[in-house]
Amino acid sequence: MAETNQTLEVGDMMSASDEGQQYLTFILAGEEYGVDILRVQEIKGWDSVTHIPNTPEYVRGVINIRGTIVPIIDMRIRFDIEQLAYGPTTVVIVLRVQGENGDRIMGVVVDGVSDVYNMSDEDIKDAPDFGSAVDTKFVKGLATVNEKMVIILDIDHMLNSQELNEVDSVVE
Amino acid sequence: MSIDISQFLVTFYEESFEGLEIMESELLNLDVGAADNETINTIFRAAHSIKGGSGTFGLNAVSDFTHVMETLLDEMRDGRRQVTQEGVNILLSSVDVLREMLTALRDSAELNVQRVAATKQQLDTLLGGDAVSSEEKPQAEQAPVESSFQLWAIDFRPHLDMLRTGNDPVRMFRELSDLGELNATVDVSGLPAWDELEPEESYLNWKLALDSDKDEADIREVFEWVDDECDLNIHQAAGLFVEAQHEEAAPVQPLATPPIQDKTDTVAAVGTNAGSAKEPARKPTASGDTSIRVSIDKVDELINMVGELVITQSMLSQYGEAEKIDTAGIERLRDGLGQLERNTRELQESVMRIRMLPISFAFQRFPRLVHDLSSKLEKNIQLKMSGEQTELDKTVMEKIGDPLVHLVRNSLDHGIEKPDVRREKGKPEQGTVHLNAFHQGGNIVIEIIDDGAGLNKDKIIEKAVGRGLLVEGEAVSDEQVHDLIFHAGFSTADTVSDVSGRGVGMDVVRKNIRSLGGTVEVTSKVDIGSTFTIRLPLTLAILDGQLVKVGTETYIVPLISIIESLQVKMDKVNTVSGKGEVYRLRDEYIPVVRLYHVFDVEPDGRELTTGLLVVVEAEGEKVALFVDDLFGQQQVVIKSLETNFKKVGGVSGATILGDGTVALILDVKGLMGLYQKQTPARDLYLVKSSDAAA
Amino acid sequence: MATILAVDDSASMRQMVAFTLKSAGHQVTEACDGQDALKKAKGNKFSLVLSDVNMPIMDGIALIKELRAMGDYKFTPILMLTTESTGEKKQEGKAAGATGWIVKPFNPDQLLATIKKVLG
Repeated sequence: MAETNQTLEVGDMMSASDEGQQYLTFILAGEEYGVDILRVQEIKGWDSVTHIPNTPEYVRGVINIRGTIVPIIDMRIRFDIEQLAYGPTTVVIVLRVQGENGDRIMGVVVDGVSDVYNMSDEDIKDAPDFGSAVDTKFVKGLATVNEKMVIILDIDHMLNSQELNEVDSVVE
Repeated sequence: MSIDISQFLVTFYEESFEGLEIMESELLNLDVGAADNETINTIFRAAHSIKGGSGTFGLNAVSDFTHVMETLLDEMRDGRRQVTQEGVNILLSSVDVLREMLTALRDSAELNVQRVAATKQQLDTLLGGDAVSSEEKPQAEQAPVESSFQLWAIDFRPHLDMLRTGNDPVRMFRELSDLGELNATVDVSGLPAWDELEPEESYLNWKLALDSDKDEADIREVFEWVDDECDLNIHQAAGLFVEAQHEEAAPVQPLATPPIQDKTDTVAAVGTNAGSAKEPARKPTASGDTSIRVSIDKVDELINMVGELVITQSMLSQYGEAEKIDTAGIERLRDGLGQLERNTRELQESVMRIRMLPISFAFQRFPRLVHDLSSKLEKNIQLKMSGEQTELDKTVMEKIGDPLVHLVRNSLDHGIEKPDVRREKGKPEQGTVHLNAFHQGGNIVIEIIDDGAGLNKDKIIEKAVGRGLLVEGEAVSDEQVHDLIFHAGFSTADTVSDVSGRGVGMDVVRKNIRSLGGTVEVTSKVDIGSTFTIRLPLTLAILDGQLVKVGTETYIVPLISIIESLQVKMDKVNTVSGKGEVYRLRDEYIPVVRLYHVFDVEPDGRELTTGLLVVVEAEGEKVALFVDDLFGQQQVVIKSLETNFKKVGGVSGATILGDGTVALILDVKGLMGLYQKQTPARDLYLVKSSDAAA
Repeated sequence: MATILAVDDSASMRQMVAFTLKSAGHQVTEACDGQDALKKAKGNKFSLVLSDVNMPIMDGIALIKELRAMGDYKFTPILMLTTESTGEKKQEGKAAGATGWIVKPFNPDQLLATIKKVLG
């Protein structure tokens, strides 16, 4: 199965800047979310996954990235948003997640990638419970960029949940 | 200049532990009645090495301790001392103590100094007298006595052959001139006629005058090496010599310097009650350290393979660069690819072999263990070992050590009967425990065979019923009963001996072996004996697998667990309402596991006849996996799911297929567990006789 | 500076000796027993030989005898590494043709000093 979509290395998209941190933003169900660009390993197009049994539905399966097995999480399913069929613009963002036992690599399926912005810590304000799809405990804060609201995510928290970590009790 | 030699301590510890192993096994081999001198010599040399090394590295307590052992051994090898069982036993304990001391030093851990002192006392007593305390003085240290300058007259007459030992008068004069001001007058009267002159012989003599503040001993020391090869006369000379210019004599080369920083080998004593000599947990030498000794042959082989790989690669790239690729070109490419496959396979095998070591490393602790334990249990037991050269992966070997110990202890404790019991049964008084290892398929098989009492089926059933693992009156086969001993908390020992049998053992043993991808089973016959069979993969990273198709998914079934694959004959399928399907294979009824159901995937067909059954086995149980089709068999590299995800039931890992997609590797035992959870029946394997026949 | 052959069955001793001598600028070849040493001695002219006494296969005394029988090594300084407990070994060694000895345990400085004495 040849990959028809190119894998973009993060470097391609960076705009020069000196201030604050850079965030990669992506679209999910009409809302714009941001993640620390230093955590983004690469961006891939959607390709088929190998399904893993007995896992939550939002874990679509695993793929092979240069010899490592990486789980792919569908954000829409995760946050109970109506599912979209995967298409040519569907994108998988491969992230480095920090956990108690070290770093893990995971991919998240999103509608599309938006842009890279500079933001300093002050630009990110506390998020009230404003009814976004994403549970606020996974939200670091809100930022305004070009009059748009960007929801900054705490991916360590979001992708280190119990279900992704715990050994199945079935195994014993 | 100060050179830091502590970097060589690691090597010293390694070789010392090896030396201790040798000492121990040779001591056990020693026939007290007719001690073989070569054996004693080997033991002596090992002790001598450790003593020398520890002294060099400043580990003085070790050096002192070993010194007494070495003296005893020296006397034994010279015939000045008889080899007695008592002596051997004390030396064996000393080996243990040394091991503890070195381990404590290496790991900066606590040491039981009382034990050390007690054992040393035993050694000293045996030696008969007070121990000669550390007399490893470096060369005669003479604090230069501040004597005033004196004139020494030295008459130096080398013997004819002094030069033949590589000793050069010039060297000695140089040294003398370091002690003070030297004047030499040569005496050629000893020279023969030219035609009789032998250039290799020394005919010259010297009269030397040395103006020095050093004393006579210092001067003699210069000639220490040639003491037997010359005539030396040193006396103080009266009278003047050269004008006294009593500058500070050049400092003597410090031949005596305090040994390097004395490592604190008396680390905090462990406050133990001297009575209970709890056998200290003994770490095998190859314990979890991250280095491996590889024979140079293996490395050379590897280098050759890589060389061939490079050749193949450049050949292929040449073919690939051709402007046009015609039929002949494609043929060449195919050939080249075939060669590439061969090279890769050979390289892979070669690399795997690097991690392999003979199982003798794991076996070598057993002679001692059996020796000690059998006397403790008052039983007469001999240990037989075979297949010690069988190789396995280093990591696997490190991890199989403890389970092996437990199983052997179990045989000694519960298996082999006491001599009088054996006599009553008409068995030889001496029981035998046999450790055997060999390769079979892609695995290493380790057997622990004893000719003891065998497993008591009734007792086991009784216990199992008591724990709710069996229902009273249930029909169970012998294998099933025997397998029960691997359940948690299971021990039928009446008294919990401190050797084994606290009931925490067998299930942990099985769990550990399983985590290595292996299996352990037991077969037994009452009064004849028991055999524990451990099967382990030769390597942890690669697996021989059978690819199977379920819908659009491909799974890998480990070849080691496959018994056979077959097409379904519907007349052999029985459905037991509420419990599931079984397949009659010859005289057994095997539960059918529909993989698509367990894994929740869409199969090609749901009728059993549209697909195949793959009969697999794990730990005495069999199931038949229903799949759509079989693909090929191949070796796959095992990739962990847990690195970035987590452990999944029924799946032991994943691999990447040739097309880049991921395929899951099935864990048969885990699958059985999954299946049983999904199907309410608790013990599906019991379905066969009672229900299915109905 | 000098080419030295260091012979000892203990790897840690060899490493220590080699390291010490190399840091003083000498070239060092290691051998693990007498037989190995002889092999290496043939065809290479070492300016100094350091050898332990107690070794398997061929011990230090035998090695010294063999070396002295070889033309190249008739006058080469050969030093034994001995311990006090093998005192008679010194005499045996000398009888076999050893130049002298260094007493174990020794530290790097002692080793270098003695070497310097002999090599000049």
